Formats: sequence, C-alpha cells, structure tokens
Amino acid sequence: MGQNKVQEVEKKPQQKRKQNRWITPKTVPYLFVFPAVAFFLVFTVYPVISSLLLSFQTREGSEYVFSGLDNYIRLFQDTLFYKALGNTFLILIVQVPIQLFLAVIIAVALNSQFLRMKSFFRVAFFMPAITALVASSIIFMILLDENYGLVNYLLSLVGIEAIAWLSDPFWAKVALMVAITWRWTGYNMVIFLAGLQNIPASLYEAAEIDGASKLKQFFYITLPQLKPIFVFTFVLSTIGTLQLFDEPYILTEGGPNNATLTITLYLYENGFQYFDFGYASAIAYVLVLIIGVLSWAQMKWAGDDE
Amino acid sequence: MKNRMSPMKKILLYTFLSVGVVVSVFPFYWMFVGATNPSGEIFNIPPNFLPGTHGWENFKNLNENIGIIRVMGNSLFITISFTALSTLICTAAGYAFAKFRFKGRNQIFFMLLVAIMIPYHVTLIPLFEIFSVVNWLNTFQAVILPQLSYPFAIFLMRQNMQSIPDSLLEAARVDGAGEFHIFFRIVLPVMRPALAAVAIFLFMFQWNNFIWPLVVLQSQEMYTFPVALSSLVGMSRIDYGQVMMGTTLSTLPIMIFFLLLQKQFISGILGGSVKE
Repeated sequence: MGQNKVQEVEKKPQQKRKQNRWITPKTVPYLFVFPAVAFFLVFTVYPVISSLLLSFQTREGSEYVFSGLDNYIRLFQDTLFYKALGNTFLILIVQVPIQLFLAVIIAVALNSQFLRMKSFFRVAFFMPAITALVASSIIFMILLDENYGLVNYLLSLVGIEAIAWLSDPFWAKVALMVAITWRWTGYNMVIFLAGLQNIPASLYEAAEIDGASKLKQFFYITLPQLKPIFVFTFVLSTIGTLQLFDEPYILTEGGPNNATLTITLYLYENGFQYFDFGYASAIAYVLVLIIGVLSWAQMKWAGDDE
Repeated sequence: MKNRMSPMKKILLYTFLSVGVVVSVFPFYWMFVGATNPSGEIFNIPPNFLPGTHGWENFKNLNENIGIIRVMGNSLFITISFTALSTLICTAAGYAFAKFRFKGRNQIFFMLLVAIMIPYHVTLIPLFEIFSVVNWLNTFQAVILPQLSYPFAIFLMRQNMQSIPDSLLEAARVDGAGEFHIFFRIVLPVMRPALAAVAIFLFMFQWNNFIWPLVVLQSQEMYTFPVALSSLVGMSRIDYGQVMMGTTLSTLPIMIFFLLLQKQFISGILGGSVKE
C-alpha cells in the first residue's frame, strides 16, 4: 500500500513534465475548436459575406463595380427566374407530400407486428438512398428513354402509347419527380419507422380496450404522435427540394424549354456558364431568403402546440 | 390485442411491400444488366433482362474513354482524406462545445447552427474566386478543403459528447493525463459508434458531392465519379454500356459496405437522427 503511494507520487511529476504548460483545461477548448472555426471562417463565413457584396455588383470590363439593387431588379423582371422558381415550388408542393405519404404508409406496413423479414424489407427500401444522385438520375434517364426505355416498353404491353418522358414539358417534370421520389422515399421511411417505434404501445392497448378500429387508431394515435417527425422530414425535404440540382442537370438539363429549370440550376448557369457572378449571387441570396422564411414558418408551425 | 391477422390482409400487406421492394431494387439490377451487355442491348425490344458477358469489354472501353481507374482513384483519395480530416476536426470541435466552458462558446456554436440552414450554393462563387486567386482550381485540395468544417457533423458530435461523464475526464486530469491524451485515448474510444456514424455521413457526402467538383475540376484526369459520369452522359454519342458500367462502379462499393454495416450506415446517412 505504502509502496504504491510512493510510486504514484514519483510518476506524477514525470507526466506533468511531458505536458506543455500552455495546454491547460482553460486554453485547450480554443485549440480544439480552432481548426473548425478557422476553416469555417475562410470557406463559409467569408464566401457568404462576399457573395452578398457581389450581389450588389455588376461587371464592367474586368472589374466588378457597385451597382446597387440592379441585379435584384433584373431578377424580378426575369421571366426565366420566375420559371425556375415556379418549377421548384411545383415540385415542392406535388412531390414532397407524395413522397412523405408513401414513406408513412410503408413505415406503418413495416411496423406491423405480423410482418416477418422486417430487416430485409427495411434494407431493400433504404437501398436507393445510398446511390449518388448523379447515378440514380442516369439510371432513370435510361429507364425512361422515350423510344427504347424499359418503362415505355412495359407500358406498351398494357396498350399505353410511348410517353415522351424527357422531351415533353409536362412529362419531364413527372420524370424528375419520379426519380426524386425513388431516391428519397426509403430515406424518409426509415425516419418515420423510428418515430413509430417510439410511440408507446400502451396508447394502442388503451384504444383497443375502448374498441377503436385500426383505422381510427391510425388517425387518432399514429398520425398525431408522428407530427414532430412530419415536421422534421418536411423541413429536410423542403430544403433539399429548394436546392435541387443534380437530378435536373443530368436527367433533363433543365429542359425541354426550361420546363425543369430549378433555382440552383439557373444559379449554376449564370455563375459558371455565363460567368455573371453578380447576378448568380443575387439568385443565391434570394434562395437563402426563401429557405430562411420557409424554415422559420415550418418551425413556427411545429412549435404551435408545444 | 388480437394476435392474428386475417390471411387476406396478410396477402395484401406482403403484396404491397413486395411491389415496393421490386421498385426500390430493380433499377440497381437494371444498372447491372446494362453494365454487362453491349451498349444497344438494354434498348432491345423486347428487352434482354439477363446480365451478359460484355462487362469486361465495357470496363476497358470506359477506361480508354475517360480513364475510369484514375477516376476511381481520385474519388477514393478525395473522399478518404476528406472523411478522415473532417471527422477529426468536427469531433474536436464537438468535444470542446460539449465538455468545456469558455468565452464565446455559445456565440460560436450559434453561428455554426445558423450555417446549417444556409444553402451551400451561396458559397460557390466566392469559393471559386478564392481558389482561382491562389491558383488551386482543378486541384484535389480545392474539393477537399471547403467543407472540412461541417457544421452538422460538429452539431452531431456535440450532442453525442454530452453523454460522456465529466467525472471520467476529471479523474484522468487528476491522474495527470494531458488534454490531448484525454481526447485521443479516452474520449475517442468511448465515442466509437458516433464517430462511425459521422464518418459514414461525411464519406457519403463527399463520394456523391457533385456541384462543387463540377465547378472546380476542369480536366478529365482530375474528375471524381459524379463529374466523370455526368461528362459521359453529356457526350454526343452516349455508350450506354459504358455509362452503366460507370454507375455500377461508383455504386457497388458503397452497396457492399451498406449491406455489411446496415445499421451504422442507416444511422450515419440519416445523420444520427435514427439510433439503434
């Protein structure tokens, strides 16, 4: 016992010596956050501010000069921008609810106590979420080929005429939404499934005793209990949809006739095809504003009854 | 509770789910069929539903065409170095936010939280300018550097670090362990599951990252998978056998990892929002 004590006392100063005297519990948190903060300042904060400034500038010769609200005024008179905005919101309003609805239905089915091979189903449904958006868009481009695609072939078997998936303005939007739905439904489903598993079984047991039907249980227990998950997935999908780029870039290149032009695609075209950095920055800031307002509104809605 | 389900309902349930599974998985199978057949074959009427023997040929052509082996190397190098560095940086920051009190802590953390909301597209143009000023356009570091400090990953690590008992750290300090020793030898090992989830999240982000590499990588020998694949599709004569081989090569490694580590993967891709 006594010997042990002596050893410890001897050990301590030895270890202390190895340490730098500047690294103490007081200073060390700064060292730990420093790399993250430094990279963040250089590669996020500076660009965010710089692009705000850039959005008030236009190029004259090789110089960018202050031009006030010119870019924003141009933006609000730009029919293509409205088109991009309209397309993006159309996808948001049509595709996101369909995708979340499918996700909930599949999650409820997978949560059924009578189902076997649950993990097999879960993995299979989640699989699309591991593919690169570029890859999944390419696969759909090939599946939906107008003349030779498999989808049109299968439709022809049941007597439906070939659909111009990628060259008709209406069907191109549908094709885009199909590809996005395929990629993201399983992802959202897993989130819902986790939510379902957190609903206390006692709620259902009580309802069962009161004689509530399965359908009633779904509407009066399952859906209300899932509300936070709905808000979460809805916010995620909204932010994702507003930034939609990879899919329309690959699948339709924004066409035909800009029918699938999205906000970020338009931003990319202006920034890196026409190299109009000022104008592209203004588009980016309108996007920031939209995302900010929508996220705030959704959070507000979520916080309503808590 | 009722302990049985009527056979009719059971059949409905399984039919519904099976249709869903086919829809989810078939495109992968179709990709594989396309990758192993000559270019025109997947467009035959009626289509050929079976994998062929043309895979090696497609691979060779694809490699001659855009140097797919090099592309694979680029993607691996960029993604692995990004994941390692970013995980370390974000974990260190998350640890500081969770386990230390220091001046400015809440302000800095709040700033990072706000950044989660800001679309990354806002930074594209200034980033492009930064990298062109230092003459780093078309380099790997231009792809790796910008997102190393990934606010969402920092946020996740902070949440997870809060479960580490302060007494554990205090005990180590009393024993005379240095702060770095505590971080690397005590904190990191305890945090292994969270580290795996965050690393998978970051890996998938960078492996699939498209718009920024598209902007900054300008020559074929620097391309990553997504950029290379998009350039294939942009060619005037598309060779679908090659395209499908390319998508297969970019998807297959991830798929194998996924099937081996399902739970970690799902939790990782969902950013730890689903825990098991």
